[in-house]
Amino acid sequence: MLTETRIVLRNMDKIDPVSIMDYKKRGGYQPLRKALAMKPQDVIDQMKLSGLRGRGGAGFPVWKKWSITSAAPGDKKYVICNADEGEPGTNKDRVILSGDPNSVFEGMAIAAYAVGAEKGYLYLRREYPYITPILEKTLENARGEGCLGSNIMGSQFSFEIEVVSGGGAYVCGEETALIESIEGRRGEPRFKPPYPGVQGLYGKPTVVNNVETLANIPVIIERGGKWFSEIGVPNCTGTKVFTLCGNITQKGVFEYPMGTNLREIYETHGGVKDNFDLRGFMLGGQSGNLINAGQIDLAMDIDSCQHAESVLGTGTIMVIDDRHDILDIVENIMSFFIEESCGKCTPCREGNIRIYEILKRINSGQGCPEDLTLLEDLASTMNVACLCGLGQNSSVAVITSLHNFTDVYRKAIERGQRA
Amino acid sequence: MDHSVTNDYFISPATEKRIREIASRYRKEPHQLMNILLDIQRETSNSFPHSVAALVSRITKIPEADLYGFVSFYAMFSTKPRGKYVVRMCHSAPCHVCGAQGVMDAISKTLGIRPGETSKDGKFTLEYCQCLGVCEFAPAIMVNDTVYRNLTPGRAATLMEDYQRGDME
Amino acid sequence: MIKLTIDGLPVEVEEGATLLEAAAKLDIHIPTLCYHPDQNVKANCRICLVEMEGNKLLVPSCSYPAQNGMSIRTHSPKVRRARRNILELILARHAQDCLHCDRSGTCELQSVSEEMHFVKIPRYPYVARSAESDHSSPSVARDSAKCITCGRCEYICSEVQTVHALSKTGRGFEMQFRPVYNRPLGESICVNCGQCVQACPTGALTVRDETQVVWHTFADPGKTVVAQVAPAVRITLAEALGEPPGSISTGRMITAMKRVGFHKVFDTDFTADLTILEEGTELIDRINNGGILPMLTSCCPAWIKFCETFYPELLPHLSTCKSPQQMFGALLKTYYAEKLGILPQDILSVSVMPCTAKKFEETRPELGRNGIRDIDAVLSVQELARMIRSAGIRFDTLPDTPFDAPFGLGTGAGEIFGSTGGVMEAALRTVYELVTGKALRNIDIKAVRGLEGIKEASADMNGTHVKVAVTNGLGNARKIMDLVKAGKTDYHFIEIMACPGGCIGGGGNPIKENAMMTSRLDAVYRLDKELPIRKSHENPAVKALYEEYLGEPNGHRSHALLHTTYINRSGLLE
Repeated sequence: MLTETRIVLRNMDKIDPVSIMDYKKRGGYQPLRKALAMKPQDVIDQMKLSGLRGRGGAGFPVWKKWSITSAAPGDKKYVICNADEGEPGTNKDRVILSGDPNSVFEGMAIAAYAVGAEKGYLYLRREYPYITPILEKTLENARGEGCLGSNIMGSQFSFEIEVVSGGGAYVCGEETALIESIEGRRGEPRFKPPYPGVQGLYGKPTVVNNVETLANIPVIIERGGKWFSEIGVPNCTGTKVFTLCGNITQKGVFEYPMGTNLREIYETHGGVKDNFDLRGFMLGGQSGNLINAGQIDLAMDIDSCQHAESVLGTGTIMVIDDRHDILDIVENIMSFFIEESCGKCTPCREGNIRIYEILKRINSGQGCPEDLTLLEDLASTMNVACLCGLGQNSSVAVITSLHNFTDVYRKAIERGQRA
Repeated sequence: MDHSVTNDYFISPATEKRIREIASRYRKEPHQLMNILLDIQRETSNSFPHSVAALVSRITKIPEADLYGFVSFYAMFSTKPRGKYVVRMCHSAPCHVCGAQGVMDAISKTLGIRPGETSKDGKFTLEYCQCLGVCEFAPAIMVNDTVYRNLTPGRAATLMEDYQRGDME
Repeated sequence: MIKLTIDGLPVEVEEGATLLEAAAKLDIHIPTLCYHPDQNVKANCRICLVEMEGNKLLVPSCSYPAQNGMSIRTHSPKVRRARRNILELILARHAQDCLHCDRSGTCELQSVSEEMHFVKIPRYPYVARSAESDHSSPSVARDSAKCITCGRCEYICSEVQTVHALSKTGRGFEMQFRPVYNRPLGESICVNCGQCVQACPTGALTVRDETQVVWHTFADPGKTVVAQVAPAVRITLAEALGEPPGSISTGRMITAMKRVGFHKVFDTDFTADLTILEEGTELIDRINNGGILPMLTSCCPAWIKFCETFYPELLPHLSTCKSPQQMFGALLKTYYAEKLGILPQDILSVSVMPCTAKKFEETRPELGRNGIRDIDAVLSVQELARMIRSAGIRFDTLPDTPFDAPFGLGTGAGEIFGSTGGVMEAALRTVYELVTGKALRNIDIKAVRGLEGIKEASADMNGTHVKVAVTNGLGNARKIMDLVKAGKTDYHFIEIMACPGGCIGGGGNPIKENAMMTSRLDAVYRLDKELPIRKSHENPAVKALYEEYLGEPNGHRSHALLHTTYINRSGLLE
């Protein structure tokens, strides 16, 4: 049985989320004070030592991202907190923001100091409107205590944070689409290069970091990058806040070191309910993969997952019991991407619905072996040709299900051929 | 998003005053456009029809084409009037495998409308939506800005009946 | 300089060059669809993807900057597979009726399919982009089933023309370009300039075809089919029929038109000269008698509609002169009909224009009398070219024929109406002489020539320092109009053309890229130099018309036939 390692969730249920005093009593805003006494480059060096990689799904090294923006020329720079948590099966950012918003604001402030930004935005998905009052109140209190705003803690550093809203679009979780949305346009991703780190919000150098990533920052500064690097596994340090959902007995948001075994997580939280059997998992969200019950021994860190053709992503672990038909699940997954594709680039706009058409055909007993060839062919193109991660990854679930649940497809096609 | 052409939506003088107040914020805070448009939508039958876009365009100087393009992109907007309560039912995978279909059927039956439709009394619009981020409490729905969690078909039906009776004002 | 390798060949480019530009330097052609040399880079079609060594993802060559040491492959198996799959997805949403599409032969999707030798049937069922086929506009026909959602139309309408009639709407599979709130194009704020047609790579946006009524009337023995031909047409027609841009073909054009079936072919340059007399007189009157200044030209119908919609408070500034096209129509249905003893309704008055907005202008209710239109049909250059081809005429070997009398004589001043700055230059050549009694030392007024968005010039006329401005492209018009509205200008006269480059860049011409414009422009001024008479007030046929019929410029009859009124259309924005 596992016990949680609560670094990100360190203050959960132990504080009044909007209270600066509560946050400070548990060590909050000390890291910011410490950072302000360091040189910005030293702050970035600590991030490098820590090995922290982005927690929004892409896993890009945080120190690298900050270095790019720090070095980029620009009269104004921005730090954006990506709180557009739209990946199905991901609840962690909601929990962090409603339970300990100061941890995120402090992380943003430290990031801003490191790169030379004076303005920050927190882009909150519209599906979380009930969190806005918490964030606004916390910001008001933090400003009142001199922890945000002009001349923070009496220093020369000023940093102001504003909360902005999403409008109901999963694609706005992509950093350039998010930036487009803040700029008052349709949330369509931009082509890269140029990267937001150099040309981001309003064309200025911009750091976009995930909520969970930012919540780690204060602890890393406080305890040192080296300390952080010893948690988790080499090249994927620290903890991960997993979201357990689906047919698992104990659903919820839990924090374990990177590299923890999936089987252990599954068993700790009760597995499937008594009268059902485990069929498999959807990992990393709907842009992640499907594995069968036999593949449960998996180290949950970015590289081990990648090596096993799985996806850690946002840390979603959706359990599927044997009540459910895999073909039905992949149809449901594709209907999500059809709904959420922004429509800008050809292969995503057209490809998702074509995959869905094929699946429907197979599922309704009208499939043939050529359909599987077509699926692989189309998916292989979408993987490499789409403008952004949505289209590049939308077919991952289907293709991995093809490999990991081959029998399901075979039977469905046989049904079709017999008919 | 329904793109069919309809008669212009009538804006009363009181509503126009409210829209002007809200839209005037745009000049100072262009990055708050989303919030501004969503706030306006609340004043105009939970929708952003052509006449509203025309008015907002005049005040903010944003071309109507850009406003139309914007609102037709984001799921929170509608170009056609909606009910007082917009009931959004999640049908992403984590809710799907926890019995969302049964909940959605119960809601549809109780309200007497299908997803995409508005009830005749103008009180309810039923919509599908994607992940609401409360998968640990699946199946879940939202009614306007309120989340309802851990639903069963029975609980969902009762909840809708409470709304119909006016108990949720 | 950046050094990289493409398909094994080394190439050097400037910092900031894209892979597409680097490949072009090596004469390696990479297919594109959403890319347009005169627009911003969009990178949405994904046809131009190439393989970059060390990168799992394929990269769009139109947007990706060349970097030192890159190794690019433009048609590796990985690229070819992806490109073919993407094209297949496009074709599965595309109406398969090339055989009866106006754009067949010049369609960019056709070229890409041919180039890639894509000859198989898509493996997906055809799903029409939409059932919307919009023929509500007199100028532009919309067929969304042929749209590839490249966005080039919306770009030119919003960013260049600043009309914002088109909107990118919806999301995902349903995403589409539509007029605002899906009103039919003919009921929207579209000003009919046709630049969207010029920008569209396929047959999704085409010039509305009016050839049928003309063909039909040729066969009607009771009708006289009379054509007037605009200055720009004699320059772009040959281009439409396969010759290089800037090929002048006046004589052959008239021969071809006669052979196609037109009974008379007249020269719009004639009424362009007439316009100068009327408008020049009007300008002098306003300057001398405290009239509303600056005066704005009124021969461009897209500009008129733009003014009526976006700047109705400035309508009093517009010259009350009709356009040369409409002056011609009015004369044909009155003076000419009387002269020949024909009923006006038995004349089919056709104008051949480089323009799509003229198709809207002909429908304006005030431009006719007694229920009879002054102009019955407008044919764009594209349509005339189509008629010539379908009449089996070989254009390149035709002999020359002159224009018909009495409306066949136009001066060089009339001819330069075809390019931006032309109306202004023509007006100055006449107004200067009328006011000072002296000829301009140099009637080639270079200050108003060229493709620059806003140009200025001035001249001292009998103690008045007359200042003029010239703009082309509606985005530039808007800039100037905002200044006029704010009272921040001291111009006396402003020429405004909706199309970039003026009429030689019009929506009804063969599809252009800006690189061709210089050739077309040069041809206009070459023609001007070759003509024996180069000032409107020296046109003997115009003088004769005044003596015989009109009286004097701005006189009673001139006013009745050759001047018009405007409508406040700002309600379209409500």
